[in-house]
Amino acid sequence: MPSERRIIYRHIDEPGYTTDLACYQRSGGYEVLRKSVLRKPEELVQEVKDAGLKGRGGAGFPCGMKWGFLDRKSGKPVYLICNADESEPGSYKDRQIIYKDPHQLIEGVVCSAFAIQAKLAFIYIRGEMFEGFRILERAIEEARVANFVGNNILGSGYSVDIIVHRGAGCYICGEETGLIESLEGKRGYPRIKPPYFPAVLGLYNCPTIVNNVETLCQVKHVLDMGGKEFAKIGVPADSGTHIWGLSGHVMRPGYYEIEAGKATVRDLLYDFAGGPPPGRSFKALIPGGSSMKILRFGEKFKVKLPDGSAGEWGVLDIPLDGASFMQCGTAMGTGGMIVMDDSADMVEALSNLNSFYAHESCGQCTPCREGSLWLKRITTRVCNGGGRLEDIDLVKNVADQIAGRTICAHGEAVAWPCQSNVPKFRDEWEAKIRAQMQAREHADENAPAVRKGMRLV
Amino acid sequence: MNLLPKTAEYVERLLPRYPQKRSAMLMVLHAIQEEQGYISREAMEWTAQKLEVTPIQVYEVVTFYPMFRQAPIGRRHVKVCRTLSCALRGAYRVCDSLQENLACGLGQTSEDGNFTVEFVECVAACGSAPVVMVDDKIHENITPEKAPDFAAKLKTETTAAMPPSRH
Repeated sequence: MPSERRIIYRHIDEPGYTTDLACYQRSGGYEVLRKSVLRKPEELVQEVKDAGLKGRGGAGFPCGMKWGFLDRKSGKPVYLICNADESEPGSYKDRQIIYKDPHQLIEGVVCSAFAIQAKLAFIYIRGEMFEGFRILERAIEEARVANFVGNNILGSGYSVDIIVHRGAGCYICGEETGLIESLEGKRGYPRIKPPYFPAVLGLYNCPTIVNNVETLCQVKHVLDMGGKEFAKIGVPADSGTHIWGLSGHVMRPGYYEIEAGKATVRDLLYDFAGGPPPGRSFKALIPGGSSMKILRFGEKFKVKLPDGSAGEWGVLDIPLDGASFMQCGTAMGTGGMIVMDDSADMVEALSNLNSFYAHESCGQCTPCREGSLWLKRITTRVCNGGGRLEDIDLVKNVADQIAGRTICAHGEAVAWPCQSNVPKFRDEWEAKIRAQMQAREHADENAPAVRKGMRLV
Repeated sequence: MNLLPKTAEYVERLLPRYPQKRSAMLMVLHAIQEEQGYISREAMEWTAQKLEVTPIQVYEVVTFYPMFRQAPIGRRHVKVCRTLSCALRGAYRVCDSLQENLACGLGQTSEDGNFTVEFVECVAACGSAPVVMVDDKIHENITPEKAPDFAAKLKTETTAAMPPSRH
């Protein structure tokens, strides 16, 4: 049975481990920073490139390449923003770091800020994480007193301050350009790219890097072990470890840090998470945050195996790395996996998400603003007993007209759950709607009981 | 605008930390809401002046972000997560139970002014669903079975403490 390999979560939930600086230093904290400020910033960027580190915020963009896009010629100040707006439904991995090991994040931020020579760093934290904000503020104060943050860090001549900035409940502010607008004190309307690539025209139209909490922590470990060593962890296409956060219908929901590609969905769901509730079987899973395309147990995927030969996987066979999920027509996203057993009504599950995305659309782009609302209305009506057979194709049709037609990826986030759920569970949609039609027809007689609402349980 | 000296001083300390004053917008609004319970028209005008922007630029922010409110709520703000991971574990039933036990309709404030119960979207604690936030504190694994006791405890501590009403 595969086991966890805890790098980022090494001290999370360890008995006696606290958020204090002294505790962090007892386990080697800030030693990587001490080593790193003696090196050339370009060397550190190279290490991150060599590591093949991919961003952990959901899109999986190579971190070193992102840093490489920084516009150095403009002469404008460079900013680093840590995206701690963790708001993708199903994801709660960054919360653990912020609440239980804040200094690891701060060390990651300062090392990264030094590598890209940022003038100022921000941690944009979810507004709902009140306590996390206080923990980070306190930790930064401790780090400042110890000269790990602030002026002339450890005598290196490099200075950087970290401002912890609270969001106020908007999912869209997790999108990097929406976040930047929000940090400028405006509505979190994502910006159009081009020209607003953050690395060129970011915060205050200055070159800006936005990295996820876990990514910045990974950077610390890249610099600790060296990029080439780091790249040996995991599989060639996906280095390092992934934190899988399970929720929904499993016996042991929770977080598990596993070397990329070294275990399968089967290992994760059965060995780590204890399988489905008694008497139940798995029906569906959303790999990494609610926006990713849903997988149905029983599906088969034609894939290319690591040795280059053709093969076939079921859902349980999928190795836990980004590239493998891509081969199955979805993506691992943030690793916040939502699992559903055979008790879950898939129409209600989609309707639940449609309500979320309609609520969170910022309203800038017509396809997303109008489309997400219509999707919500249609699926809510189907849940409430007013379904029509043509609704099935209508949901798919509306979704198809949103994806790829918006400024930011919220369009895809709205569309993907619909585009995957409807064709994969068409039988359930039809059965549900036919039962409703029958109930409506026999409204006066002893109509068959029809489940209404979108309560899921 | 009557802000407590504590809040006003906090804002004064905050502004110079940002390269541009307007950036402090959300932080200033949070500080005001924390003190006053909501963001009044007067508070928006005060904020606009402090940040050197127009009042409409503050108003458009207040109306965009779900955490900001323009009217007072109950003494305790009960927020039940309704997004998929919580819903799969009974969040809707939890919400029914809290409404019943706290004598408070959804999105409303109880008659005694003690509670406001709302649904909110995912609060990033999905592994311990269902999740309920009360004011700034998160409560995990509040299953439908545990909800009545949870409500009872909340009632007891609220009546015992009775902070100044925001109602």
